[in-house]
Amino acid sequence: MKTYLPLAIVIALSTAYGFWWKANQGAIRTKKAVPGHRLSAEILGEALGTRATMVQFSSAFCTPCRATHSLLSQMVASMKDVKHIQVDAESHLELVRELDIRSTPTTLFVNSQGIEVGRAAGTPKRDQVLAALANIV
Amino acid sequence: MSEVLENREVAKIYIDARGPRFAAIITTIVLATALVTQNVWVLVAQGVVFLIGAVKGPQFTPYGAIFKSAIKPRLKGVAPTEDVRPPKFAQAVGLVFALVAAVGAFAGAGLVFTIAVGAALAASFLNAAFNYCLGCEIYLLLVRFTSR
Repeated sequence: MKTYLPLAIVIALSTAYGFWWKANQGAIRTKKAVPGHRLSAEILGEALGTRATMVQFSSAFCTPCRATHSLLSQMVASMKDVKHIQVDAESHLELVRELDIRSTPTTLFVNSQGIEVGRAAGTPKRDQVLAALANIV
Repeated sequence: MSEVLENREVAKIYIDARGPRFAAIITTIVLATALVTQNVWVLVAQGVVFLIGAVKGPQFTPYGAIFKSAIKPRLKGVAPTEDVRPPKFAQAVGLVFALVAAVGAFAGAGLVFTIAVGAALAASFLNAAFNYCLGCEIYLLLVRFTSR
């Protein structure tokens, strides 16, 4: 007995989801911040950047986390007022829940007060990162 | 803040990233065959591959062996490497779906078989076609729901 209907459904749904997922990877969203939440040096264990901080949540089962880490750390190397801090999501579950981090890598763009102004799931492009940082004064 | 990630002991194994992508293509074809023919033995064979991939690592599966002997020598350029843990995790997820599907089939629940094989197929197809990272999307959610 052969049946092609389940295969057709699975391929159609996964293709639609795949294009949606791909299009959203790295996109910086500004409306996902948890109202009233502030990150601080006490929470992160490291001082925030004087103008901006990129807080990257990573996990062990995540291939693009490594690429994201090298992109962001390389970018901040030439920026005096921006810092890049990587957080292991699994060992900071309380913070992950508070901030509603669902996937890795998720990078929060945080201003000098520790307030999130945007976040990107997946590896953002260099231009997207520069644009997000330019919006933080 | 990233003690686990930077632990050299757990992060020391890196493999050619094109291997798991190639394996995902074969897996997609095998699972599509299982779904179309509703043949439980095709699924069981794939389940054995998932088991090896989840326990020993994806580079030790038959698909990994085909990649190494037949595909890799034909590829040009510098091999992109990846941590072995994300594909290993994906293989474990595949194994869970394969187990559910096999139990469903042997218990006479054809719908359970179809849904579980369909879910595994969706994941392998997304990996093959879009380089989808299953561990990125579901691992943290799993941990959030299963631990206090």
